[in-house]
Amino acid sequence: MNRRRVAEGIARALMAASVATVLAVLLLIIGTVIVRGVPAMSWAMISQPPRGGFYLGKEGGILNAILGSLAITAGATALALSWSLPVVLCLNAYLPPRSPLASAARFALDVLWGIPSIVYGAFGFVVMLWFGIGASLLGGIIAVALLIFPIMARAMDEVVRTVPQELTDASYARGATRLETSLKVVVRQTLPGLVTAVLIAMGRGIGDAASVLFTAGFTDSIPVSLFRPAATLPLAIFFQLGTPFPEVQARAYASALVLTALILAISAAARLFGHRYSRHVVR
Amino acid sequence: MHAEAHIRVQGLHVFYGPEQALKNVSVDIPRRRITAIIGPSGCGKSTLLRSFNRLIDLSDGARVTGRVIVEGRDVYAPGVDVTEIRRHMGLLSQRPHPLPMSIFDNVAYGPRLHGVRDRRELAAIVERHLRIAGLWDEVRERLHLPASRLSLGQQQRLCLARGLAVGPEIILGDEPTSALDPISSRRIEGIFLELKRDYTLVLVTHILRQARRLADYVVFLYMGELIEHGPAEEFFASPREELTREYVQGTIS
Repeated sequence: MNRRRVAEGIARALMAASVATVLAVLLLIIGTVIVRGVPAMSWAMISQPPRGGFYLGKEGGILNAILGSLAITAGATALALSWSLPVVLCLNAYLPPRSPLASAARFALDVLWGIPSIVYGAFGFVVMLWFGIGASLLGGIIAVALLIFPIMARAMDEVVRTVPQELTDASYARGATRLETSLKVVVRQTLPGLVTAVLIAMGRGIGDAASVLFTAGFTDSIPVSLFRPAATLPLAIFFQLGTPFPEVQARAYASALVLTALILAISAAARLFGHRYSRHVVR
Repeated sequence: MHAEAHIRVQGLHVFYGPEQALKNVSVDIPRRRITAIIGPSGCGKSTLLRSFNRLIDLSDGARVTGRVIVEGRDVYAPGVDVTEIRRHMGLLSQRPHPLPMSIFDNVAYGPRLHGVRDRRELAAIVERHLRIAGLWDEVRERLHLPASRLSLGQQQRLCLARGLAVGPEIILGDEPTSALDPISSRRIEGIFLELKRDYTLVLVTHILRQARRLADYVVFLYMGELIEHGPAEEFFASPREELTREYVQGTIS
């Protein structure tokens, strides 16, 4: 009896310690970014592209990187979604439950998930050379889409797998086709989870530096064309931190603050959206 | 009772992988009657029911041989449109499974799939079938609320209305009252008794008393084999097979 109580106590202590560690790390990161970023924050930082000598501490901002990151993330998310949704619906509605093809596809996605982003960057770069395209917004979008596709697809897959068979049967029994059942019942039932999956992938994409290093390149101007290089926030942070000037390094933290705020804003907006459409979900 | 057969099952075998779930089942299901499929758990009751509208196709590794003839057509014949077959059969499952949409959209789901677009027509279809299912007065003021807000008993009646709305001739029920409280169950049973004027009903049940209350015709399965079938009165009063007698008396279950 006593031993069981001790075991219970140890388990609780371990859980409390884990929670405390996670919270502490989160607060430390956000705290550091705020404390070091806020002093360098200014209206100019988020409303202007870099002027001459920005990386030496002179005038300008990171509007180029903010817009570049948003454009690449939006494009990559849309592209990855257009691959993920059909894959996930195929895995769950078209293939039989224990199909070898489905388990092979899931395994392949898990492997892709584990590949480091620099490899996607290098791979994207090789493919671009092949087609004679240089570093560009389009290249960045494709590389980031490749990076986040397995994440999005597997996260969606786990959600869609939870749909009870009776629910889809109810649709099939009305004479619905697989496509109608997928779009009208499965997607509606899992919408909040699908939104979360897209978000997880989006968050991973917007914060990644290695995949865009070669593929999107970097530029001080605002992105206007798919075929010109585009700046991104992670690379802006990287370049600013790499300078020897303390005031430019402080700007890196301000940039990190912008990136963090963007991710939070996207999460909040998407959660709101997901909630709005979850009223019909059958629990 | 000399009712004409609505569903003719001929030499039906169903396999799940290496296991055989139904062995050479042949039976005629009478039109505009309530047929109860009874038998102990795992005897193939649901499998037989799901083979009628080919929902069995969706089960893992299921293989079917034999014929199920509905309205003179073999549903397993090559080139048959499965969605068209299912349209002729409503289905009620053990637990009600409303679709993730409003009460109105649940009932309108089938008609919309089959091409009804006109709003007034849809509204009329929805009202008519909610009335048949005895749900209209309870939901008329809140047709656009999510179906999941209804009680289980109401959800099951909603599912019935949803099934009827595509204009089937046959209603299949897979233990349709097993998740409901006694009052809701009786209510559904009462609706079934009214529906048999216009529809052929086939109900899987493991509740013998329910079979006695409702059935005109009884099909008794045991371990995948059809043991006995016949008009309910005869079946319960003077079973021909020893196994049936034991089951009806509750010696085996």
